[in-house]
Amino acid sequence: MESENSIVYGLEFQSRALTPVLAESEKLKFLLGTQSLKQMNNQIHLVEFNDEDSTLMPQLFHHMEGEIWKITSSPKDISKIAVCYNSIHNETTCAMKSHILKLPDKYDSNIIENLEVANKLEIASNDIKTTEFHPTNESRAISVTENKIVLWDLQDINSKCISEIQLENKNGLKYSMGKWNPHQNCNQFSALTETHLKTYDIRSGEIAWSIDSCHRIFLRDIDYNLNKQYHIATCGDDSFVKIWDYRQTTQPIFSRSDHTHWVWSVRFNPFHDQLILTASTDGRVLLSSAASVSSENVIEACLAEDNGELEAKQILSDGPLQWCEHEDSVYCAEWSPAEPWIFASLSHDGRLLITRVKKSLKYQIML
Amino acid sequence: MEDKNSNPLDLNGSNFNANMYLDKLFKECNLKQIMDHENEIIKDTQTLHSDMQTLVYENYNKFISATDTIKKMKNDFKEMETEMDLLAANMASITSSADQINSTLQGSRQKISKLSGIHTLLQRLQFLFKLPATLKTRMEEKNFNQAVQDYMHAQRVLKQYGDLPSIQGIKSDCEAILKKLRDELRQKFCNQSVTAKEISESVDLLLQLDEPADQLCAEFLKYAERRLSEQVVMLKDQSEQKDIMDFVDLGCNGFFSDLCLVVASFYDMFIHKGRKSENIENCEIFENFAAKELKIFVKDNMEKYFQLVQHKVDSEQDTGDTTILVQALDKFFRGIEGHMLCPNIDFVARATEVVVNAGRKQCKAHLQVLKMHFNDSLTKVRQCLTTPKLVSEEDASKNLTELLNSVIQGVVEKVKGVLQDLCAFIHPNIGFSQKTDFKDSFCVDNVREGLVVCFLHHLTATARIFCTTVHTDPKFPPTLLLLLSKLCVEFRNGHVHHLLTLTDELFHINLLNVNPNPGLTNETEIETSMQESAQELLNHYVRVQGLNVSQMLRKSVETRDWLHTIEPRTVRAVMKRVVEDISAIESTVSLLYEDQGTSTEHSSDSSRKQQSLSISRHQTRSNWSNYTPNHLDSTLVSNMHKIFSEKIEIFSTIEFNKISILTGIIKISLKTFMECVRLKTFSKYGLQQIQVDTHYLQLYLWRFVADENIVHFLLDEILGSAVQRCLEPLLMEPSMVDIICERG
Repeated sequence: MESENSIVYGLEFQSRALTPVLAESEKLKFLLGTQSLKQMNNQIHLVEFNDEDSTLMPQLFHHMEGEIWKITSSPKDISKIAVCYNSIHNETTCAMKSHILKLPDKYDSNIIENLEVANKLEIASNDIKTTEFHPTNESRAISVTENKIVLWDLQDINSKCISEIQLENKNGLKYSMGKWNPHQNCNQFSALTETHLKTYDIRSGEIAWSIDSCHRIFLRDIDYNLNKQYHIATCGDDSFVKIWDYRQTTQPIFSRSDHTHWVWSVRFNPFHDQLILTASTDGRVLLSSAASVSSENVIEACLAEDNGELEAKQILSDGPLQWCEHEDSVYCAEWSPAEPWIFASLSHDGRLLITRVKKSLKYQIML
Repeated sequence: MEDKNSNPLDLNGSNFNANMYLDKLFKECNLKQIMDHENEIIKDTQTLHSDMQTLVYENYNKFISATDTIKKMKNDFKEMETEMDLLAANMASITSSADQINSTLQGSRQKISKLSGIHTLLQRLQFLFKLPATLKTRMEEKNFNQAVQDYMHAQRVLKQYGDLPSIQGIKSDCEAILKKLRDELRQKFCNQSVTAKEISESVDLLLQLDEPADQLCAEFLKYAERRLSEQVVMLKDQSEQKDIMDFVDLGCNGFFSDLCLVVASFYDMFIHKGRKSENIENCEIFENFAAKELKIFVKDNMEKYFQLVQHKVDSEQDTGDTTILVQALDKFFRGIEGHMLCPNIDFVARATEVVVNAGRKQCKAHLQVLKMHFNDSLTKVRQCLTTPKLVSEEDASKNLTELLNSVIQGVVEKVKGVLQDLCAFIHPNIGFSQKTDFKDSFCVDNVREGLVVCFLHHLTATARIFCTTVHTDPKFPPTLLLLLSKLCVEFRNGHVHHLLTLTDELFHINLLNVNPNPGLTNETEIETSMQESAQELLNHYVRVQGLNVSQMLRKSVETRDWLHTIEPRTVRAVMKRVVEDISAIESTVSLLYEDQGTSTEHSSDSSRKQQSLSISRHQTRSNWSNYTPNHLDSTLVSNMHKIFSEKIEIFSTIEFNKISILTGIIKISLKTFMECVRLKTFSKYGLQQIQVDTHYLQLYLWRFVADENIVHFLLDEILGSAVQRCLEPLLMEPSMVDIICERG
């Protein structure tokens, strides 16, 4: 099954950073960052996948500033990426820093270049967890540190901090991750602390809504459903994947535990939100169906109501549909923004798998 | 013969021809013969001659005496003729005198007959005139029967001569009285104190008075209805106060027997009586009508009765004692069965339905009780598990097994008790117990499926709930999961079979259905479900315990500043705690699950094994320590490892033995440890601390698992990850590590 659907790309180093080039809507491009404590060895790989002949075109860039923990790409600007990296000073101290890099328009695969820094994100603390681009405004981004959320103005190379949101520090909680809400005019930003999810209104800095104790142990990742504005998916160390309607936060509307260890990443398919992609430290990437709570379920129901002849389509039952096995823990799995039936997953040992959704499934969903 | 007779040669024949005879003689005989023959003939002739003479003489004598007699008779007749003439003359004189008398008496006879006619008429008239008065007195005496008979006598006359002005008065009087009579009789319908017998008499009389029968029948039913509804109301009132036995008694003796009486008298009055009457065609129509009315009436009332009983039975369930209930139901059922109230309606079926309902309710109530009991015992167990153990470890551990046994015994005994209790329903002395429709429905649907199977399903379902709700309740004792899992296993291993067999035996279920009934839940089905539950619980237990240990490890890695740590001198306390916890889990698990795993390798000379292992580990480690940071291509090392070892499923299905359970927990914990290490950056001493910790774990964890290579591999992975995350990957001398571990 794997051989039919997956194409492998190997990295020399361990890796835990993967992102699709979000602004690219025609080519299938993924960005990877290596994680090596030998700073000079670190690289960023831009991998282009050709769907027709199933070939990969890698392009390497140096990233000598430090090991890469997280890469995000701008949803508006094809050339902008944000990198969170761990840089080492004096052989004894580490600092988690972040900057925004610019990919060149043209590149030669034989030459490994350094990337141009587009914006410096200077910050006092050395513990940046992630930098997230604003979904619509090119000149805005947010960095999340252990106890702060910093909103940047990216117009100048030395970015200016527009506003900060301080975490009310109770019980030693720390921010671990963050994500923009693509709905609500993109004025909300969600941050994760331990097991809780807090969403702030960026304009006022107030908490807009929050879900406490989403997961029993540690909340690792969230994802917004692009097609259903109140739905978010969460995953965590209790090996559960849950989908919430954040207007009603007492109970998740969907909850499954198909992985056997921590779930690091959860993603709705941007086109068919009944498909959910999860990556886990049990070495598996699962493609599951959450059709019962997907937007397609509702649309189908409406159609059936409006037009008596049109029968409600047989929706998929919830649960795992397809999986890929990795040799090591998988920390990232991402859908391609350009092609709804392709996803990439990266395991810690540096293996990138680009996988197609099984044809039978595809037809079942489309027809 | 004729020839003979006509033989002319025969002497005695009539055609005798003398000449021929002679000719013949002459021809045939010689002389001598002829001579002899001549003598012979002469002799014959002489004899004949004398005979003739005697005959003539005798007849002559007789003739003479007859002539004398005739002469005498002639004289006698002459005398008689004269006497006859005299008689004729006398008779003629008698006739004339009789005529004379007759004519003289003619007149007075006519008068007498006329007078006697007048007399009877007068008598009738007198009766007529007196009739109103008689009727009145009869009315006063309440002798309605006689009154009606009197009236019936006069009725035809009154009808015939009613037009005459003089009789008209009488007629109207009578009719007025009769109207009163009818009213009075009708009144009885409304009067509550009147007995059923009086009513039937009145109806009889009214019928004689040609009252319209259908109307009467309706009125009668109305009356009966009223009476019965009183009974119903009374029953209803009583139903809350009295217990079911008294209630059914009351119902049987009061309402039900009244109803029977009503039906019987109805038959007497309207249906059988009708047959005697002349107008047969009308009669049949009426009978049909009456029968229909009666049917509706009986049906309605019985329905009320059934509802009442049903209601009472329903309300009785919660507190009820089954034997009493069954006896009451039996009484009720026999009552219904004993009476054929209405030929076309099968009340027995309805009664059976009531009984079946009662049985079902009782089963349900018992099921509730069983469920509650089970939940109670679970709560009790939970309390036992959460309360801090005051007694020594050993006692506590003994308690666990006892606890499990007591729960299982409790449940099994309770089910048995309930089954015994329900047996009352099919006791052979009970009337309805032999009804097949009751038996089928009760034994199979209610007891077996509705109670026993349902309860067993409840067990598994309850157990499974714990697998999902635990996440929200951190205080939940994980041992309970283990206990429940064992409980399911125990049930699968015998109690399910035992209980089902017991049920089948007690309720003769196999006798009812020789072929396996598709409606019967298979034993294996429940056992499979038990098995699945046990597995699920066990998996969940492993997961929960794994998470608990993981949490400890995670906190310990996350909260430490690994870049600025001092040189390790001891094993971190957390590791000791982990080993302690796992030992505690082991001792708990070993109480419930046997040590069936493949731990034979460890058994005898574990020390040697351990030693050799340490050596092998030291070798690998020394490999690492020989690498300078520049040489160390850790990715390669770890990939080499992976090539030569099978991939480890972090969470595989747990088998029902101690080793498998502990292996599961340890795998989860160590995996977490590794993931946490990967998220950190280590200094040289940080790495060395991890080295010490993993070595310590290696020393103590191998004995818990089936395949120590798993532990070995996972710990190597942890150390490998730490090496990779280390800025200055220099490992400690193995001998130092050993010393630290032994010390701590």
